[in-house]
Amino acid sequence: MSEQILNLTLQVWRQKDAQDKGRFETYQANNISTEMSFLEMLDVVNEDLIHKGLEPITMDHDCREGICGTCGMVINGRPHGPRERTTTCQLHMRSFKDGDTITIEPFRARAFPVIKDLMVDRSAFERIIAAGGYISAPTGSAQDANALPIPKTCADLAMDAAACIGCGACVAACPNASAMLFLSAKVSQLGLLPQGQPERLTRVRDMIAQLDAEHFGTCTNFAECEAVCPKSVKLEHIARMNRDFFKSGILHRPPHTSAGGV
Amino acid sequence: MPVLDMTLARDTKKFCFLTSSVGRKLIMAITGFAFIGFITGHMIGNLTAYLSIVERATGKIPGTAMNEYAHFLKDVGHGYGIWGVRAGLLGLVLLHGWAALTTTLDSWAARPKGYRKYDRKSATWASRLMRCTAIFLALFVIYHLLHLTVGLPYLHCAENPIVVDATGGSVDVFRNFVNGFKDPLASGIYIVANLCLGLHIWHGIWSFSQTLGLSHPRYDKLRRYVATLWAMAIVGVNISFPIAVQLNILWY
Amino acid sequence: MELKSNIPDGQIDKKWDKHKFDMRLVNPANKRKYKVIVVGSGLAGASAAASMAELGYRVECFCYQDSPRRAHSIAAQGGVNAAKNYHNDGDSIFRLFYDTVKGGDFRAREANVYRLAQVSNDIIDQCVAQGVPFAREYGGLLDNRSFGGAQVSRTFYARGQTGQQLLLGAYQALARQVGLGTVKMYPRHEMQELIVIDGVAKGIVVRDMVTGEITAQMADAILLATGGYGNVMYLATYAKGCNGTAAWRAYKKGAAFANPCFTQIHPTCIPVTGDHQSKLTLMSESLRNDGRIWVPLQKDDCKKAPGDIPESDRDYYLERKYPSFGNLAPRDISSRAAKQVCDDGRGVGSTGLGVYLDFADAINRLGASKVDEKYGNLFEMYERITGEDPYKVPMRIFPATHYTMGGLWVDYNLMSTIPGLFVLGEANFSDHGANRLGASALMQGLADGYFVAPYTVGNYLAGIKPNSTPSTDTHEAKDAVRTANDRISQLLGINGKETPTEFHRNLGKIMWEYCGMARNEAGLKKALSLIPELRARFWENLRIPGTGSEVNQSLEMAGRISDFLELSELMCLDALERRESCGGHFREEWQTDEGEAQRDDTNFCHVAAWEFTGLGNRPNRHVEPLHFENVHLATRSYK
Repeated sequence: MSEQILNLTLQVWRQKDAQDKGRFETYQANNISTEMSFLEMLDVVNEDLIHKGLEPITMDHDCREGICGTCGMVINGRPHGPRERTTTCQLHMRSFKDGDTITIEPFRARAFPVIKDLMVDRSAFERIIAAGGYISAPTGSAQDANALPIPKTCADLAMDAAACIGCGACVAACPNASAMLFLSAKVSQLGLLPQGQPERLTRVRDMIAQLDAEHFGTCTNFAECEAVCPKSVKLEHIARMNRDFFKSGILHRPPHTSAGGV
Repeated sequence: MPVLDMTLARDTKKFCFLTSSVGRKLIMAITGFAFIGFITGHMIGNLTAYLSIVERATGKIPGTAMNEYAHFLKDVGHGYGIWGVRAGLLGLVLLHGWAALTTTLDSWAARPKGYRKYDRKSATWASRLMRCTAIFLALFVIYHLLHLTVGLPYLHCAENPIVVDATGGSVDVFRNFVNGFKDPLASGIYIVANLCLGLHIWHGIWSFSQTLGLSHPRYDKLRRYVATLWAMAIVGVNISFPIAVQLNILWY
Repeated sequence: MELKSNIPDGQIDKKWDKHKFDMRLVNPANKRKYKVIVVGSGLAGASAAASMAELGYRVECFCYQDSPRRAHSIAAQGGVNAAKNYHNDGDSIFRLFYDTVKGGDFRAREANVYRLAQVSNDIIDQCVAQGVPFAREYGGLLDNRSFGGAQVSRTFYARGQTGQQLLLGAYQALARQVGLGTVKMYPRHEMQELIVIDGVAKGIVVRDMVTGEITAQMADAILLATGGYGNVMYLATYAKGCNGTAAWRAYKKGAAFANPCFTQIHPTCIPVTGDHQSKLTLMSESLRNDGRIWVPLQKDDCKKAPGDIPESDRDYYLERKYPSFGNLAPRDISSRAAKQVCDDGRGVGSTGLGVYLDFADAINRLGASKVDEKYGNLFEMYERITGEDPYKVPMRIFPATHYTMGGLWVDYNLMSTIPGLFVLGEANFSDHGANRLGASALMQGLADGYFVAPYTVGNYLAGIKPNSTPSTDTHEAKDAVRTANDRISQLLGINGKETPTEFHRNLGKIMWEYCGMARNEAGLKKALSLIPELRARFWENLRIPGTGSEVNQSLEMAGRISDFLELSELMCLDALERRESCGGHFREEWQTDEGEAQRDDTNFCHVAAWEFTGLGNRPNRHVEPLHFENVHLATRSYK
C-alpha cells in the first residue's frame, strides 16, 4: 500500500485536571503519513505544541501494540476509532482521508473520571477484579497441570473471554456506561474452567456488588460494547454471567454458615 | 491518586440480590415476559371477535362467543378472579416500571457528561427506542382502560356509545369493541400503539433470554427468529381488529 | 566491591533443595511485622508481591502504569518453557538447563539456570491452577509448541497472548491480596531514588504521577522488578513507558550493574517505515515454526514483487546455513543473519531493511484455516500495522531490540550488592547469559517471583529485627526526597528548545548504529564520545512544558531519558571492554571465517559487574568468574 500524506483538522478535548470544566481545542495536523499510527500522528501534534511553548495533549498509552489496554480515546464518536477489532494504538492513518476533521474525546463515564485531557481513571476496574475476579490458588498449592483435563472447547471459550485487555471501550461505547462486558468476560472465563467452580457463585455476586458501587450504568442489551471491543469479547459472556448471577441469587448461602449436618 | 482506594462493597455493604443492577434487570425481564404472556392471551381472547362472522353466517347473534368469553372472565372465581388478575397486572406494572425507572436513572447518572460526537453502530432501533416506546405504552394502557374498560364518555362519540355497567350486570362487549374502533382516531391510536408494542417486545423477548442467560451461540439466530415472529404475530393480530372494523368486516 | 555469588555447595541438582532447607524461616506470626516494597508489577513483580503477601508479609507494590495488569510482560506472545516432557520427546530438567546455558552462549551462572529449569514445572502447575487458559489438545491435556534454540516441544502457550494470560493470572493473584488489604497498590507511581541506610536498602522515593507529590516509602526489603532497559535504543519492542530508571538509580547508590552490553535483538519484528516511527512491533518467534525466511539471491530482484521471484532465485539463508535448526535458529544468530543479507544489499521493502517471512508453503501444506487458527491474531496485527495481507504477500520482518540480558548484578538469592535490595526478572542479569532463548523470559520472571524470592527474601528478613522498619524522618530518607525534588526542578528549569523525544531519538540512533547488532572498537569509541555530548546538550537545551505538580508526561519521559543518557555510556563501555563475541554481543573483530561469534573463554568467561564511582568518573569493572561443570564449554553450533 503506497504512502500518502494527509492534512487533518483535530478537535481535541483539553481539560487541565479533574476539577477543570474542559473544552475542545482545534489543532492542525499537517504532513501526516498514512503509515503512521494514530498515536504517532498525535506525537507529531504534541512535538509541535511543545515547540510552540504549549502543553502537549496528555493521553494514556504504553505498549502501542494493542495488548496492554492503556490507550483509549473516542475518535469521531467511536472508542478506538472506526476500525473493528483495533485499539487506538493499532489504528493507522490510512483509515482517514486528506482534509478530514477528527473529533477526539476521552472515554466518558462517571466511573472513569478524567484525570487530564484524554487520560481517565479506570481504577474502578481494579476494584471489580479485586472483589472476586480471580481463582484463589496461593503459590505452591497447585497440583500437576495435566491432572485436570479441560475440554478444548471450554479452554478455547475461556481464552476468548480472557482476551479482554481491560481498556474500558465497552463502557465508553455503552449508551448506559455499563461495564457488563468487562465484568462478564472475567466471570465467564473463570466460570468455564473447572478450577473456577468453587468460587463461581460468590465471585459473580461480589463482582456485581462492586460494579454497582462504582456507579456504572445498567446493561440494556444494546450490544454497542460488542461492536467496539478490540478483542472481540462477545455478548454471550454477559448471558453466561447473568445465568450464574441468577443461580447465585437462588442458591446463595451467607458465609460462615455450616454446610449442614456438621 | 495516592494509594489505590480499595474499599470493596463486599466488605462494607449488605448485598441485596433483587435490588442490584442485574437483579433489577432480572425483575424487568421476568415481569416483561409475564406481560408478553398476558398480551398473547389477550390477543387470543380477542380473536373471538372474528367468530362473529361465523355466527352471523350460521344465524346466531354476532358477538356471542366474545361476550361469553368476557362473561367467563368476569365471573371466574365468583368474580374475584378478574380482580386478582388485575391486581397481579398492577403489581407487574409497578415492578417493571420501578426497575425500568431506577435503572434508567442509574444509567443517566453514569454518564454525566455526554460526547460531542457519538456514533452508534450496533444497537437496533428497537433497543434504542425502548424507553420511548415504554412511555408511550404506559400512556396507551391508561387510555385503553379509560376507553374500553371504564368507557369514559369523552373518548367516544354519541352515535357509537360504549356502555359499561359498573354494577356488574351483563354488558355487550362485542358491541363496545366494534363501537370503539369505529372512530378512526381511536383506530389510529391503537395501530400506532401496537407498532410500538411490537418494537418493545421484539427487543424484550430477545433481551429476556439474554438477561436470564438463556442464550447460546447455537440458538442465537433462533432467538432472533422467535422474537421477530412472536412480536409480528401479536402486532399483526392486534392491528387487524381496528382495520377490520374500519373495513366493515366486523360489525353488528 | 566483592561479588559473592553465594551459590550453595553440592551437586547441581541438589543445590536449590539443600539451600531451601538451610535458609532461615520467619515465624508466621512475625511475618506481618515486616514490610516489603515491590517496584514493578509485571510477571516478576506481581507474582512476588502476591506470593509474599500470601505468606503474611505486608507488601506495598508500585507501578508506573494505571494498573498492574498493563505491565509490558503482557506483550509476550509466544509462550513459556517448562521441562514437563508431556510430549515424550526427550525433554528433562537437565535438557532445559543445558539448552538455556548453551543458548546463552555460556555466559550465565549454571546454578541459577538449573534452578530455573527445576521450578519451570511448578510455574505451569501454578498458572493452570489460577485459571490461565493454556492451549489444549482435544483430549483436554496441555498442548506444546516448538521455539527457537530447542529441538523439543516444551513451550506452553495461550494463543499468541501467553504473556497476557500469565500476567493476568499473576495480576489476579495480586488483586486478590490487594482486596484483602495485605498489599497496598500504588499505580501511576514512579520510583525516583533508592534509600540506603548504613549500606542497607531501606526504602524508595516515589513520584505520584498524578499529583506530582514526592514521598519516601520505607521497608525492610526492596524488590526491584522493573524490567529491561532496551528502550535506550528508542525504537524497540518495549512499551513506550519501559525504562531503566529504577535500576539505574539503584546503581548510582551502589548496586553493581552486570553485563550491560548484553542486549537481545529479536529477528522477527515489523520493519521501520519512517522517522515518525515511535516503536516497533514484534511478530512472535512462533511464526518461525511454519514461516520460511528468505531474500532474493540477486540484489536486482529486491524491488520486484515477491511473487514474481521464482523459487530458484530465492535464498532461504537460515535453512542453508543452519540445516538442523533451520528457521528456528536462536535469536541472536537469526538476527545477525538478517543483518548480513541486508548489508549485502539483498534486503527487501522500501528501506532495504527487511527480509521475507513466507507462509505460502504452510498455507499449501496445512490450509489457510489451520494457519489462521494458529497465527490468526498475529496475521491480523501485521495487517493492521502494514496494510498488507500476509495470506497473500509474505510478511516483511527485520530485527529489533527486544530484551536486555544484562541488568543489576544479583547473587544466587537474587540480592544485589546492596543488602536488602533484591532484583527480579529482566531487571537482573542472572539466567540468560549473553542470549535469551524464546519463551524463557516468562519462565524466569515467574520463577523469580513465585518460587525464588519468597524463600530468599524470607531468609534475609529472618536476620532483621521484626518491627524495625525505619521512619521517613531519617536524614537518608529526607536527603533522597530532596535529591529527587532537585532533579525535577533542574529538568523543568532548563527551558531550552529540544523536546525529550528528540533527544531520545538521537540517542537511539547512536546506540543502534554503534552498539546494536554488530559492534567494533572504533564505533564504540565514537559512541563514547557522542553520548556525553548529547547528554551535555540535554541538560542545556531540553524543553519541558508545564509543572511538576500535575500529570506531566514530558517530564516523566525526560527523567527516563536522562538515565538512558548515562546508562547508554555504560553499555558502550562494557561492550568495548568485552573483547570477544558471545550471544547478542557481536564484536566484528572476533568472528569465525563463517561470520559466527567467536568467544574468548580464556579471558572473558566471566560476568562483568560495574560499580558506580561518581558522576563523570570511570566506573570500576569487577569480575565474577563463571564455572561450567555440568555443561562443557563448547562452540555453539546450530548447523
